[in-house]
Amino acid sequence: MLDFIQWLQNPGLGHFLLISAVLFSFGIFAIVTRRNAIMVLMGVELILNAANINFIAFSRYSSGSFDGQVIAIFVIILAAAEAAIALAIVLNIYQNFNTVNVDEFNQLRD
Amino acid sequence: MDFTTIVFYLFAAITLGSGAVVVFSRNIVHSAFSLLFAFFGVAGLYVLLLADFLAVTQLLIYVGGILVLLIFGVMLTSSVIDVQIKTGTVQVLPALFIVGALAAALLTVFWSTEWKVLPDPPAVDTTAPQIGELLLTTYLLPFEIASVILLVALVGAAMIARREKQA
Repeated sequence: MLDFIQWLQNPGLGHFLLISAVLFSFGIFAIVTRRNAIMVLMGVELILNAANINFIAFSRYSSGSFDGQVIAIFVIILAAAEAAIALAIVLNIYQNFNTVNVDEFNQLRD
Repeated sequence: MDFTTIVFYLFAAITLGSGAVVVFSRNIVHSAFSLLFAFFGVAGLYVLLLADFLAVTQLLIYVGGILVLLIFGVMLTSSVIDVQIKTGTVQVLPALFIVGALAAALLTVFWSTEWKVLPDPPAVDTTAPQIGELLLTTYLLPFEIASVILLVALVGAAMIARREKQA
């Protein structure tokens, strides 16, 4: 018990890994349960953020180099590209089918 | 407890609390705005990890770009006064079970593994020069590919979104 209190008082690698694990689980939950396509996208963004926390935490505590931070930049770049494309597709689907619920459309053409 | 610890728990609480609101809120507008605070909390965690450049990038691109895009998506695909904006959920119980198992597995792995931890993590003043040097030496090819991907995504998104309907 004393060890645990000691652990709580010194934020280190484990704390950041714990936060990222919980954030990742939230993201998976949003992707699996939500019907709205935009909510699914928000889940994906949460997952990417969780992965980035891991990259940077390991870069700080384990490797001592900046490789993890550079990879995190690439993750952010891909997240931006992904969000733009996905939003365009969702808008197109909304124009064609008048819904954005992922279980109500099964084709990309009208 | 020193100041860094308190700030860490503050940002951790902001991140996880807003993340929970994003996932469990019934109202998609509430979810979108909670996502703002979740991204902000993650940026704070980056600062605590001494990644100042990443923290600013996170604020500029996620909060300033991706989140605005998502809110545009919310506003354009649902009318605010409509009840439809309350988004449905499906299969909550099986999902809770599976996600709980997944989280337990992840936490067990993170907890039980003996991670290599530097005895004295190097203190850095600033990260931008080192990141810039890596981007132009070791990671030059991925850097160029990323720029092409951004161009393709830009053109592709514009083309998909503006496609004329064949009347």
